[in-house]
Amino acid sequence: MTEDEREFGFATRALHAGTPPDPTTGSRALPIYQTAAYVFGSTEQAAELFALRSYGHIYSRISNPTVAAFEERMASLEGGLGAVAYSSGLAAQLCMILALAEAGDHIVCTQNVYGGTVTQLSVTVKRMGIETTFVPAEDLDAVRNAIRPNTKLLFVETIGNPSGVVPDLRAFASLAHDTGIPLAVDNTFATPYLCRPIELGADLVVHSATKFINGHGTSIGGVLIESGTFPWGSGRFPLLSTASPGYHQKVFTETFGEYAFLMRARAEVLRDVGAQMAPMDAWLMLLGLETLAVRMDRYVQNAREVAAFLEKRPEVAWVRTPTLGSIFTFGLRGGRDAARRFIDGLELWSHLANVGDSKSLVIHPASTTHSQLSDGELRKAGVEPESIRLSVGLEDVDDLVWDLGNALERAASQ
Amino acid sequence: MILTTPSQRRELLAGSRRIAVVGASPKPLRPSYTVFSYLRRQPEYEVAPINPAIEEIDGVEAFPSLAKYAAVHGAPDVVDVFRKPSDVVGVVNEAIVAGTKAIWFQYGVINDEAIALADSAGMDVVVDRCMKVEHARFRGGLSTSGLNSGVITARWRGSSK
Repeated sequence: MTEDEREFGFATRALHAGTPPDPTTGSRALPIYQTAAYVFGSTEQAAELFALRSYGHIYSRISNPTVAAFEERMASLEGGLGAVAYSSGLAAQLCMILALAEAGDHIVCTQNVYGGTVTQLSVTVKRMGIETTFVPAEDLDAVRNAIRPNTKLLFVETIGNPSGVVPDLRAFASLAHDTGIPLAVDNTFATPYLCRPIELGADLVVHSATKFINGHGTSIGGVLIESGTFPWGSGRFPLLSTASPGYHQKVFTETFGEYAFLMRARAEVLRDVGAQMAPMDAWLMLLGLETLAVRMDRYVQNAREVAAFLEKRPEVAWVRTPTLGSIFTFGLRGGRDAARRFIDGLELWSHLANVGDSKSLVIHPASTTHSQLSDGELRKAGVEPESIRLSVGLEDVDDLVWDLGNALERAASQ
Repeated sequence: MILTTPSQRRELLAGSRRIAVVGASPKPLRPSYTVFSYLRRQPEYEVAPINPAIEEIDGVEAFPSLAKYAAVHGAPDVVDVFRKPSDVVGVVNEAIVAGTKAIWFQYGVINDEAIALADSAGMDVVVDRCMKVEHARFRGGLSTSGLNSGVITARWRGSSK
């Protein structure tokens, strides 16, 4: 059996996919190609590159060798055809939308999603003329009824943030496909180690790579992965199946076949939006991915032990134990004020607006990440005023519960 | 033999020199032009268009048939087919007469009768794949665009491969 017929396992691909030894030097670690542009071999070669008839780099706003290695590794881990990296998760999401929708189009999104996603769709994307209907993730009939003839995308999160709701992705995929639209999944909280939406029928996957993928809280980034199996040439997606005024009148579905969506997401959308990932950031993301499998096992183990500890504490009103992953919420009997006192009493847990770091993190969503939402919207998003969100890290779990216990006592005694 | 594994395709691409592109178009937006244009820039290949409606593409002489091609260049190593599936049994018959070693049916060019005919004539057969994409998969081209090449290796093949 030769090397390319073997189906390598997840941890092996997390270490090797996209990074064979550097072809020029044999360097084992991936070089950081810190360059803005690339010299053409000839005017003829330059013309072929610009016409997308040959492979190679032109300008790092469109592609870069270090960033491409990260993209290929993410495509491999998610089981996709390819990937495009962006400067943040929200940039990846916006560019995904711009690759398939335009003014007059419509999106259906579940309501238990990241507050930043709600704002992006309901304010910024709406101003661009693309409207979004938010529906409950657990009500498939409502999802089906919200899909219109001009709907171009069904969008869900693997694990609702911070509600923890896990939708039935297979059911969402068949519902989307029955109506001729793709299913996009934000897989940030699960990572491809815990869930691979494409295997469950999804067509597009987006990540905030800032979280578990980077794993160390060192840089902001996003990535979009596509399955390569969605029929973009059906007629419902003229941006992909009619002559593009943005790219030499190319018809992406005719010229690139299964690569049509990814080519448009890069050659037109990334080029025009300019939200590319930096080479240094891609290098940090790749380094993070090398340990994703071992980190996820420990995150999940620590999260279970922390949740079990909280469930036994008299100060705790409820714990929404994680069904998947290491991010979950709990509420204190003392409500909103006790939640604030609790956070201020912590020593080891970092109080900040992020998740998926190696360090354990804590935040009060109602006064921070979700503070732009009304009380009604908060409840729709599965956030109570007293909710505290934990992102359990890799510290010794005894130290984590020691700190939580102390802060609970301090919050209750005041 | 019908080639189904990546290493079989890698071997075919590495072991071939003369490629005849049946149905190559001079129109820049056509997939056949893109593939022709890519392949003819690879130093290891000699590529010719087979199309009775044209004289040449970008200065490369076109031949009206595989027979006329073979009369000048000898048997092609690979015949790369861009034609309607309903037309390709005839292409296979021509390829057999021309002594072709392998036939490559591009995306969507799927005709079971033509596949069986080529296979029973002893040709290597690739179906529903793009020759440009497969070449790029093994030579790093796909990887430059963040595409999943499926290649996992810790062996240094050097810049010349």
